[in-house]
Amino acid sequence: MRHRSAEQIGRTELGPRPLPSLGPPRTPIAPFAVDTVLDSGLRVIAVRRPAVPMVELHLEIPFGGTQRTHPARAEVLAMTLLRGTPRRDRFDIDKMLGAVGGDLSAGVDPEHLSVSGSALASGLDVVLDVLGDALTSASYATAEVARERDRLVERLTMNRSQPQVIAREALQRRRYGNHPFAREWPEVADVAGVTQAAVRALHRRSVAPGGAVLVLVGDIVPDRAVEAVETALAGWRSDHPAVELAVLPELTGGDLQLVHREGAVQSQLRMSAQAVSRNHERYPALQVANLVFGGYFSSRWVENVREAKGYTYAAHCGFEFTRHGATLVAEADTASEVTAAALLETRYELGRLVVVPPDDSEVDSARQYAIGSMTIATSSQRGLAGHLATLATLGLDLDWLLSHTGRLQTVTTGQVAEAAAEFFAPTRFTGVVVGDGKRLADPLAALGGVELP
Amino acid sequence: MTRIPSPTVELHRETLSNGLRVVLSPDQSAPVVAVGLHYDVGFRSEPEGRTGFAHLFEHLMFQGSESLEKLAHFRHVQSSGGSFNGSTHPDYTNYFEVLPSAALERALFMEADRMRAPRITTENLRNQVDVVKEEIRLNVLNRPYGGFPWITLPPVLYDTFPNAHNGYGDFSELEAATVDDCAAFFDEYYAPGNAVITICGDFQVDAAVELVHRHFDDVPSRPVPVRPSFAEPPPDRERRHDHPDPLAPLPALAIGYRLPDPTAGFDGYLAYEVLAAVLSDGDSSRLEQRLVHTDALATDIGARCGLFGAPLDARDPDTFTITAVHPATVDVNRVIEAADEEIARLAADGPDADELARITARWAATVFREHDRLVSRTMAIGAFELLHGRAELIAELPVMVATMGAEQIASAAAALRPDSRAVLIVQPASSAAGQEA
Repeated sequence: MRHRSAEQIGRTELGPRPLPSLGPPRTPIAPFAVDTVLDSGLRVIAVRRPAVPMVELHLEIPFGGTQRTHPARAEVLAMTLLRGTPRRDRFDIDKMLGAVGGDLSAGVDPEHLSVSGSALASGLDVVLDVLGDALTSASYATAEVARERDRLVERLTMNRSQPQVIAREALQRRRYGNHPFAREWPEVADVAGVTQAAVRALHRRSVAPGGAVLVLVGDIVPDRAVEAVETALAGWRSDHPAVELAVLPELTGGDLQLVHREGAVQSQLRMSAQAVSRNHERYPALQVANLVFGGYFSSRWVENVREAKGYTYAAHCGFEFTRHGATLVAEADTASEVTAAALLETRYELGRLVVVPPDDSEVDSARQYAIGSMTIATSSQRGLAGHLATLATLGLDLDWLLSHTGRLQTVTTGQVAEAAAEFFAPTRFTGVVVGDGKRLADPLAALGGVELP
Repeated sequence: MTRIPSPTVELHRETLSNGLRVVLSPDQSAPVVAVGLHYDVGFRSEPEGRTGFAHLFEHLMFQGSESLEKLAHFRHVQSSGGSFNGSTHPDYTNYFEVLPSAALERALFMEADRMRAPRITTENLRNQVDVVKEEIRLNVLNRPYGGFPWITLPPVLYDTFPNAHNGYGDFSELEAATVDDCAAFFDEYYAPGNAVITICGDFQVDAAVELVHRHFDDVPSRPVPVRPSFAEPPPDRERRHDHPDPLAPLPALAIGYRLPDPTAGFDGYLAYEVLAAVLSDGDSSRLEQRLVHTDALATDIGARCGLFGAPLDARDPDTFTITAVHPATVDVNRVIEAADEEIARLAADGPDADELARITARWAATVFREHDRLVSRTMAIGAFELLHGRAELIAELPVMVATMGAEQIASAAAALRPDSRAVLIVQPASSAAGQEA
């Protein structure tokens, strides 16, 4: 069959048609929810969302530590917390959870120990029973600790071979030096020394309910779910609250650091600057300004470096929230031969956001995206549970989530321009470029503002 | 024993006079709507000498159409509060928008516009070749285990170009793509009769049907290509291949087996979904317990149906895979032998009743959870309708899996035969020299 030419395909007799307007907006209905603090100090948020017969669970326990060995101990603790108690071994636990379509897993970062999972809603009591048993009496059996130590070393080796992880660690060191926040993964050398006694001591000191939050979202009755939590976690007590991460220093701008990675064909560009957190009155304006810069596809940065220049598959700038603050982190991966050019365009777009501020149409597009994407992200049980858990660690709640649409609707173009000017000045950013140093050094030196190895 | 609930999913069907199939699934639980388009062409259909073309063309479908300038598609979706994406699979290519429900008509307008008259230009083609090359550098060339196993295993298991080649494509072949190649590909495969549109979420059925007619009725009908068979015989022996990966820190392996043709009956295929879970879902699963925890032969191990993760995501032939990462001190043959022993044990005895009940409960729960995300549900419904003519699978799958018997799982395990499989061995730089399989 003869096919049409591209010109013929791209035209019809009728010609271009007008874009339909939007229909009337529908606001989400506030779900039935309970938000309470138990005697133990544990905050419990339970939300009814019955779309599927499931329940989602998120527990966040502040888990700061200052010792050099803390990350290794914390990681082994997270890997073995749900792997046995005097009542059940690892396999019993997995079988119990499996019978109710359930899963539970634990993870740790410099701020929190997190336990998350899900199950058929009818199995909530079983999941809470497993959780309560682990929080009060995890065994950390010597054999389990030894096996997970070995696996952790293997996983660290795997992780640190990933360019994204190498770049993340370099960025953390560049931003925070030796602060505990920079130690997201343990050093292999520290893992071998983690003993059962050390993990148990860490559990006693830090697996505490005071300051922790448990979020349940699903096909549940919130009051009854809270009662079930009270019963199942009744034995989880501590005479001291959970341990917060040491306060982070404010970021200041500076040269980027070039970090060499042998054999790289692509470079990781990572830049970061201080921002304000969600509970700050200027956050909505900054949120919109960030979207205009690089927070979504239709942003100045992405349209430039991807759609106009083809330098990258994905560029993105987003917020990173911690308990007491927030930063902006801009990320793009680019081929070695265009890395310097991509950095030049990135600096250009940062500067342009300051001196050519977002106009009404850019602000309105970003505003609608912020509202819509929040509605979409929180329309699933999993999305809502994750979002509420994150908000709760910042001291915010469901009301904040529901009222945020209003804040976004009332933010003005002038406020966005002010936030853009203050927060996006290129000199406020610091960061790293990770890639083939031999190919990158000359062009980056020519651009300036980059510290060479 | 836990009763597995069976939630109902409301489904409606229409077919337009130009052949476009329409599936509607209303759900007013949130003010959100998703629109999915599935075209019946994937990377198995791309021509020899043009590897990666189906995926490259997917990128071009976002580059503008008669009523939408370059960048307009992204801007209109996002300024309406929505998100978009597309992906290229062996047998289909999909596109979606998920938006506040007030923007439904916009999404339909934009999908219709690019189905009717995409704007394919040299400038956009060259730009997207660069973007796709960056995507390949990101996901394959610049990272350890890049393309493992979806790119690296098929050439060991399959002989014919459609089944064996790299769907991401070679740089030289991507660079050779022309605007005229794009026009030919669009005319042949992107006919309305070769597509399914799926709409899920917050809308009234009558109103949505009317909107679909309004925007898609005048997309002219074109002949629908005859779908070729990609069938080829299963391997008549074990085929081994060593794959050096200088970036990989630890050795890894992938074992590929052929799955039964789902058109011969969903049960036969779904037995392998359950088998995959019996083998590797959770600490107490057969391979996890034995290889990871008890014998410490592997760091991580996984078994799954299909190279893209979702059940029933391809037509015949499709692949069952077992993948493992293991310490360099463990010989790869010990990992394979231990896996073979566990599979043989299952073939002989089948799973026990508790094991089966727990696996099927967890499988159903995973499906409920996945499909609670509106866009995942939409894309699954569209793929089921396009590939199997059966959108209803969205609600039927957990039930089919829950009624699976132990003997069906045992038969599936018995069919994972060592003398008819592919074994891909990933060798890290430090051990790549001097080993012969």
